[in-house]
This record gives sequence, C-alpha cells and structure tokens, in this order.
Amino acid sequence: MAAGLRLLGFAWLMHVKMMSRSAFDGLLAILWPLFFATVAFFMFRTGHGHSALGPIGLAAAVMGIWTATSVPASSALQRERWFGTLELLVVAPSNFALILLPITIAASTIGLYCVAGTLLWSRFLFGIHLTVVHPLFFALGLFASVVTIGSLGFLMAVSFVRSRRAWSIGAVLEYPIWLVCGFLVPVSLLPAWVRPISWALGPTWGMRAIREAAYGGAPLVPLLVCLALAGVYLALGVVMLRFFLDAARKHATLSLA
Amino acid sequence: MIEAIDLRRTYQTTTGVIRRKRLDVEAVRGISFSVEQGELFGLLGPNGAGKTTTIKMLITLLLPTSGQARVLGHDVVEDAREVRKRIGYVFGGDRGLYERLSAYDNLRYFAELYGVSGQRQRHRIDEVLELVGLKGREKERVEGYSRGMRQRLHIARGILHDPEVVFLDEPTIGVDPVGARDLRQTIADLVTTGKTVLLTTHYMFEADALCDRIAVIAKGEIVGEGTPAALKSSVAGGRVTEIEVFGVDESILVRLRGIGGVTAVTVEEQDQKQLLVVQTTGERELTQPLLAELDGIEVGRVASREPTLEDAYVALVTAE
Repeated sequence: MAAGLRLLGFAWLMHVKMMSRSAFDGLLAILWPLFFATVAFFMFRTGHGHSALGPIGLAAAVMGIWTATSVPASSALQRERWFGTLELLVVAPSNFALILLPITIAASTIGLYCVAGTLLWSRFLFGIHLTVVHPLFFALGLFASVVTIGSLGFLMAVSFVRSRRAWSIGAVLEYPIWLVCGFLVPVSLLPAWVRPISWALGPTWGMRAIREAAYGGAPLVPLLVCLALAGVYLALGVVMLRFFLDAARKHATLSLA
Repeated sequence: MIEAIDLRRTYQTTTGVIRRKRLDVEAVRGISFSVEQGELFGLLGPNGAGKTTTIKMLITLLLPTSGQARVLGHDVVEDAREVRKRIGYVFGGDRGLYERLSAYDNLRYFAELYGVSGQRQRHRIDEVLELVGLKGREKERVEGYSRGMRQRLHIARGILHDPEVVFLDEPTIGVDPVGARDLRQTIADLVTTGKTVLLTTHYMFEADALCDRIAVIAKGEIVGEGTPAALKSSVAGGRVTEIEVFGVDESILVRLRGIGGVTAVTVEEQDQKQLLVVQTTGERELTQPLLAELDGIEVGRVASREPTLEDAYVALVTAE
C-alpha cells in the first residue's frame, strides 16, 4: 500500500515535471483556456450582464482543467509508444494502473495552471472579483475536480489502449464535456435524456461543488459524489486495463507506433 | 536460468483494402534452447529472423502461440510478475527514455517502478552510473545525450534493480565504433558481476567476442547452436576464398554454387567493386574452377583464408 502510494506520488511528480518543461505545451495550456474564457465572457456579458460573469469565470477555470486533460489523457499510451517507453512500463513488475494513473492525474494537475490563469484573467481584464464563501471547500472542490477529471482521463486512456488515433477521440470529446457537464449552461436546461449522462460525469459534480463553495451553498454532497465517481472510473479502468493488456500481449499491439 | 521449449509465435496480419484477407505469419517456429547461470548466450540472426519476438516472449511482453518458456523457474505466461521482478530488458535505438528528464530522474523513475527502496536508490544509481561511465553527466537532460550515452543509460536502467537475468536486444545498433566497444566492455562486465545475459545481435565480431554460446536463428528456427569455436568448426576443414570482382550478377552466382565442393556463395557490395565470399569444403583447391566461371568478368584480388564465425553464420542462414 505504502509502496503503491509512493509510486503514485513519485510518478505524478515526474510527469508533472516532464509536462511543465515543454514551453510550447505550457503556453498552449495557459493561452487556450484563456481564449475560450474570453469568448464565454463576451457572450454572457452581452446576454446576462456583469452579474453572470463570476460563475462563468469559475466554469472557464474548470473547462481549463478538462482541456488540459482530455487530449493528453486519451493519448497517454500512444505518447509512451512514441517515446519507446510503453513496453518498458508494461514489463515493470508494478501494477500498470499505478503507472498510468499518475500520467493522467499529472495532465489534470497542469490544468490548475489554467485555473489560476483564468481567474487572474477574469479579474484584471473583466473586473470580476471572486469572493469565496467557503475557501476550504473551494480548495477541496478544485482538488476533487482534478482527481475526477484525471480519473476520467485514466478511463479514457485505458479504453483507447489499442487505438493509435486515441488523441483525436480525446479532442472530439473536449467540447461535448463542457456542455454536458453544465460548465456554461446549467444541466437543468439540457434535454431530459442528456441529464443522466451529466450526472454520471464527475466534472458535473466538481463544478457544482466549486460553485456552491464559492457562493455559499452546500458543497459537501456534490464534493462526495465527485470523488465517488472518480473511484468508479478508477475501478472500471483497473478491470478494463487488465483485460486490454492481456489482449495487447496476445495480439502484439504494444509496440505499434 | 532461461529455458525455451518448442516456442512458437504466429502474428495475424491483413492485406488489401476492400477485400481484406487475413494472413498468419509464423515469426518463431518451435525453438528450444536453454541458458545456464552466469552464461552470456547470443541469439544471432538476420533481420526478421525472430530474435526480438523470442526475447519479447521471454520477458512476458508477448504471449507464445504455443510452447513453453521459463525464466528462473517461473513460467512466462503464468508467473509473468515473478519473471518481471527478476529480469532486466534493454533494447537498442534512440527511444525508450524520457528526453525532458535528466538521466538521474529517468533512473529514479524506473527505480520506483521496480520497487527499489528509497534508501537504496541513491547508492544503486551511483553504482550503475559508475558501471556504464555516465557518472558526472547524470544531471543533464537526456535530450542532449549522444547515441552512445543514451545506450549506456539504457543499460543502467536495465540493471538498476539488480536483476539476475538481463536481456539485451541489439544494444549496440547504431552506436559508433568506439562507443560500441565501450558498450561491449560494459556487457562483459555484467557477466563478471554474476548476471546471466541473453544478447541478440547481428554483429558477428560482437557475438564472437562476448558470447559463451550462440544459437543462430533464421526464419524463426534455430539452425545452429554451440560455442563460437564449435560453430566455426562446423565449417572447419573448409576454406573461404574471397574474390574481388566487378559486375557479377545472379546467374554467375548460381553457376558458382553449382561447382562441386562449393557450400555457399555470398556477395558484398563495396563501392565500385563486389566481394565474392565462396565457402568450400576444402577437399580440393577450387580457385581455378571459380576463376574459370568468372571468365569475362574483371577480377581483382583473390585470397584464401580460414573460416570465421561470420562464415559459419552465413553457411547456416543461407542453407536451404
């Protein structure tokens, strides 16, 4: 258990280090969400006035975490193939889930840059002063969002283990998740058949917990649901990973570049 | 330490776009061999012979289609985790390292993956860096490393957890001569520290210099096995005649192969000229009959010599 946690922590640190060292990726991780946040600010300022911009600022921040995670997570294994390290990771005696999870969590952690950037952007460019009512729950909400998005990314990475076009699937999922998770439009406004999908997605609850914490609501329940869903994604991912790795050993698809 | 019994591996592939046809490709066709403790065993063969597929089955990356393999008594299919704990795997080439991390961070990461305890990590990393000659350069990012340095780092990574058995898959491929010589010394040092090594290569001099025993593999089958000396003696009694020629084509090679006493003929392209390497049984002098078949072709230097491991290898892999 202790060794597993140590591996998780250390591998997460190494991958954050690696992801942070690309100036190009780093710049994109900051500028990309700011671009979308700006579009959202202008849209909502026109339609709803200045009062709607606070929640939109928070939504844009969580959108940043998802944006920073979706493509890197879905293409995590393909990237290891390009590095030539995938086979080395598989042949290591550690549980492969403990090797893969830190990669996707590291990607969602990079998303925290986007949160900071977006909140500063909204403050200095649009004059939105965010006053958080429950700072502790706000921080926990951010933490839970990072964990649940990283775990969802883990499930995606596992699902696409044999796909060489996985990154494009991640890119396709980027905007639908913004919409379905109610980042910009409340879930209650979505068609009835879409709502169960929203409820099954951790970012929906992470977003709700952050909003409730910021504006003085009840963040505890959405926070717990958010973390519980992260646990479900992890459990599903671990089971599927075993199955897919066996299939990859059988069909010799691990080293396909 | 390593045992392969009638190991087979078939890949499935497809051809065509509209009418897709499934093909079975037999990469390894029932090979058997064993490697003893402390031995440096070479798998020698041309590209596509099945060397890497064999290694990948032994290190648990690929499931055999049939047959059995055990490493340190553990079945590679049933006890994959036990096998993984006890082996090191190093392959040749530029990839397999995290470029944006330093060599030290790469080693720390893999030390964690192999469960090397925190206390032991620093000491062990220092030890392997010393062994591969990278001490003092470990804080630099790998992206700035030369090809030879990367390969040495690969070896350091492969032996970091002090495995009993090390699999080296063409570790010197693409490394300059001086770097390759240093790497060969590092590999030789591994054996002196008690490791059992399985090495694949298609460099004859490397296999000759390093290996205690060699299995020659061609088209997925072992076509010869023994010590380098024994393999050389398999063409012993024979002679090798080398003839420099200009403009030899396949029809002439067929005629040369038809001369009684000729066991193999190969041709090496060398800039403007070609080098014919003719292996003979040595029972009679064949220089004159050979030159007679080359009538009308410009001939340069002609030399006769004892067979080398390369000659034995060529005789084995070109035998029908």
